[in-house]
Amino acid sequence: MMKQLICMRVDSLKRCLMVIILSLIAFQGYANEAPPVADDPELESRLNNLAENLRCLVCQNETLAASHADFAKDMRREIREQMRMNKSDEEIVDFLVARYGDFILFNPPFKSITWLLWLGPFTLFLGGGSALIFYLRRRRIRIKENEVPLTENQRLQAESLIKEMDKDQSI
Amino acid sequence: MMRFLLPLAIFVILVIFLGIGLTLNPRQVPSPLIDKPAPIFHLQQLYDSSKTLSSEDNLGKVWMLNVWASWCVACRDEHPVLVELSKLGIVPIYGLNYKDQRDTAMQWLRQYGNPYETSIVDADGKVGIDYGVYGVPETYVIDKQGIIRYKHIGPVTVESLKDKILPLIKELKS
Repeated sequence: MMKQLICMRVDSLKRCLMVIILSLIAFQGYANEAPPVADDPELESRLNNLAENLRCLVCQNETLAASHADFAKDMRREIREQMRMNKSDEEIVDFLVARYGDFILFNPPFKSITWLLWLGPFTLFLGGGSALIFYLRRRRIRIKENEVPLTENQRLQAESLIKEMDKDQSI
Repeated sequence: MMRFLLPLAIFVILVIFLGIGLTLNPRQVPSPLIDKPAPIFHLQQLYDSSKTLSSEDNLGKVWMLNVWASWCVACRDEHPVLVELSKLGIVPIYGLNYKDQRDTAMQWLRQYGNPYETSIVDADGKVGIDYGVYGVPETYVIDKQGIIRYKHIGPVTVESLKDKILPLIKELKS
């Protein structure tokens, strides 16, 4: 009703639209209530630190700390409960890995099936680097070997060319 | 000649790795529970909350645990397959009703058919966490010693039954 009234009075359509949009934004502002502050801020920050290194298996590139998926909410609830039971971070991570596997960790542990993942880039770098050094050395030697000394004739020719150039410059 | 062959060989190897990577499904997270004892549960039954079912009650038989919910759309896809399977009487199927409402769950079974020996209620999803459930539906094959032998993620299809689940059950039963 209010909006209709405003629209009738304001002759420009653009302004009328503006008013409607602005009023909608204002209402949305009221509708979004701030989430309740956690009962135990210390526990929440510990939870966040831990959950930042854990993967949400539903939305796989998000952490359990950031995801809004139900799965992540359940996991956070579970972790929170275990923290209240005075379990250490390692115990909680072990609990999750036993059920969901290493995939839940963003930092996969170093073991027989992951050594290629961890060492692969370094091996490639070292391999590529030494291949490059080897190639450059061989190239330098090859260039040296290919250097042929001038024959007597060529030397005389070069000397006369240099003399001519000197003469030209002195003029 | 070597100048061109070596980079070409490296390129082909990279393409092969990329090709393998593209055919893998990142949603299929392998379960660490395979070949481990099935986590123990004691849960209320869906139709009679005064009765419970324990995972230990099924020791000595090969059985399937199917995680389902009335809010799960993919469950509707696999449900006819499970109903048909239950009619064959090859393997008992137990339902884990995951984070659901009791009355809507029962209504759902009335509508789509009930393939389960018994359904048990995991209202807060705690047993689901123990089983490593991260998406519904999921189905477990558990042997006579109570060891999880197979986990199927997503809807069970006729092909997956024929190719994998039924041969495995046959092997486990003998």
